[in-house]
Amino acid sequence: MWLLKLAWKNMWRNRNRTAITIAAVFFSVILSTLTNSLQDGIFENLIKNVVSFYNGYIQIHKKGYWEEQILDNTFENSSKLSNLISQHQNITAVAPRIESFALVSSDTLTKGCLVIGISPDLENSITQLENKLIEGEYLSENDPASLLSEGLANRLNLSLHDTLVIIGQGYHGAMAVGKYPIKGILKFGSPDLNDQTLYLSLSVAQELYSVQNMLTSYVIGLENPDYLNPTAEKVKSSLGSDYEVMTWEEMMPEVVQHIRTDKASLIIIQGVLYMLIGFGIIGTLLMMMVERKYEMGMLVAIGMKKGKLMQLMLIESVLTVFAGCVLGILASIPIVIYLNRFPIRFKGELAKVYEEFGFEAIFPTSTNPEIFLRQGLLVLVLALLLSLYPLLKIARLNPVTAMKK
Amino acid sequence: MKTVIDAHNVSKTFNPDTIPILAVNNVHLHLERGEFTALVGPSGSGKTTLLNLLGGLDKPDKGSILINGKDITQLSPNALIDFRLHHIGFVFQSFNLIPVLTARENVELIMQLQHKKKEEIDERVLNLFREIGMEDKMDTRPAQLSGGQQQRVAVARALASKPQFVLADEPTANLDSKSATNLLDIMAKLNQEENITFIFSTHDARVIERARRVITLVDGQIHSDTARVPTDLPHEGEKPRN
Repeated sequence: MWLLKLAWKNMWRNRNRTAITIAAVFFSVILSTLTNSLQDGIFENLIKNVVSFYNGYIQIHKKGYWEEQILDNTFENSSKLSNLISQHQNITAVAPRIESFALVSSDTLTKGCLVIGISPDLENSITQLENKLIEGEYLSENDPASLLSEGLANRLNLSLHDTLVIIGQGYHGAMAVGKYPIKGILKFGSPDLNDQTLYLSLSVAQELYSVQNMLTSYVIGLENPDYLNPTAEKVKSSLGSDYEVMTWEEMMPEVVQHIRTDKASLIIIQGVLYMLIGFGIIGTLLMMMVERKYEMGMLVAIGMKKGKLMQLMLIESVLTVFAGCVLGILASIPIVIYLNRFPIRFKGELAKVYEEFGFEAIFPTSTNPEIFLRQGLLVLVLALLLSLYPLLKIARLNPVTAMKK
Repeated sequence: MKTVIDAHNVSKTFNPDTIPILAVNNVHLHLERGEFTALVGPSGSGKTTLLNLLGGLDKPDKGSILINGKDITQLSPNALIDFRLHHIGFVFQSFNLIPVLTARENVELIMQLQHKKKEEIDERVLNLFREIGMEDKMDTRPAQLSGGQQQRVAVARALASKPQFVLADEPTANLDSKSATNLLDIMAKLNQEENITFIFSTHDARVIERARRVITLVDGQIHSDTARVPTDLPHEGEKPRN
């Protein structure tokens, strides 16, 4: 107890030095928390964008479909199967799809396109397809009409309420031919999707391709994307080996790679940040060691064991750094929440680039509580590791030398 | 008389690999309980080094130092710190006290290191402050005390552990005449009334006058060792010890 009391008193013997140390830790925690929550927020936003773009968080296919994406690899759409998937916690929606390629024609032009049969409401709950509508109306169930992407409409010289013709190959080689009015024009950020996508309602697409009640995929929406893999595992085990359950990470490894590369470069930035933090803290520790060298020598001379002196220094360091960490965490909470609600928004050319790819041009922060704790702990551990330097000096302290003026 | 310090053939050389300086050269010293001894000599004669060796702050290159029959040169560094805590009191030239602690807390610190009970600590601290005449300054921080008062608190702290002897390295060096006399009065009183052994290194004539034994060091060797009657006691003249 007396050691704690002495440490507390020592902490305030040089208020400026203690204030500088606490401030160094305080700003370090704020900076590192902000950097991390921005990093996580940006990636969360990126994933949300990518997922809501087209793929969903998880997709279920017949086994082998991902390798060979043809209509022969379809599976039956049953409410039993759909309910089995929906019953898992964390799953918010299960949207059925039938997807295939076909030729689409206007009166004089023909282009290849991706035809996607959807359940309009369920699809909208996952990919917010209706938000991409720039002209006309959204589909309803069993609607014998189509939604055409803007780029494809331009290439075919088609506009709203015109009629298009689809020619393709259906189930088991059957002919797939249909004629559909254009009910709406969609605009996608991704040039690939914008130039070659056509949506039909699920039943209409199934009829076109002669795959009554068959699907190529279930697209799944999640409540908490953090539990992506555990949810996928549970679905996988409940469905058995006839189906393949794929997460967005498995379907889009290039996005995962992009995030990894970005994270790696951020680690370097954070490393530099921690180095600066370290220099700030070690500076004050060195000042303290010089200032108190004589006193430490005197304490060892009169009978304080070096272990006890080390304990004293460690308590002082822990108290100082802990105070800085707690204050830093408390101060960073409102900043992070503010930047989550009112994210940094890009403007001008950069914003256009983002929007072109279907992403909102914003830098939101993540409010995951783990970030605050993780960064607080990291700075605490860093500061305590740096405190080992004075402990090392104490271990080597010679009272006679230390007390020489 | 009980032997407190018995040093045999003690030598200490600094910078043995570069420019060797023989600070203490083959010193034999025998001190008994209740002595009031001054170590004198010119600067660089080895007073502080000898004091450091006797106090276990430094290790001799050669020789043995027996305190109460225990050879402290054979102790491990940790055991030596523990030995100092329980057997030796120190008063340094200046900056003796911890500035963030009050005078009372500075004295208590030693007994807390010895794991003494609170009641025992309280009683002893009060007695010590009575002895040094500073009961009214117990809760004052060192910065609010004069140099002399700080040295008196340092003496109280040195005595708090009930040591075998007190080593004082130029304790009056930074004090004015009145404060130095006051400090010496207290130490002389403690020596005479409680038979506490004091060994000083000093240049100060006032300390030398009060000492009952004066050991003069020259070039690290004992040049003379004189028993004398302090000037504040009835004078019977000086007689050489060896």
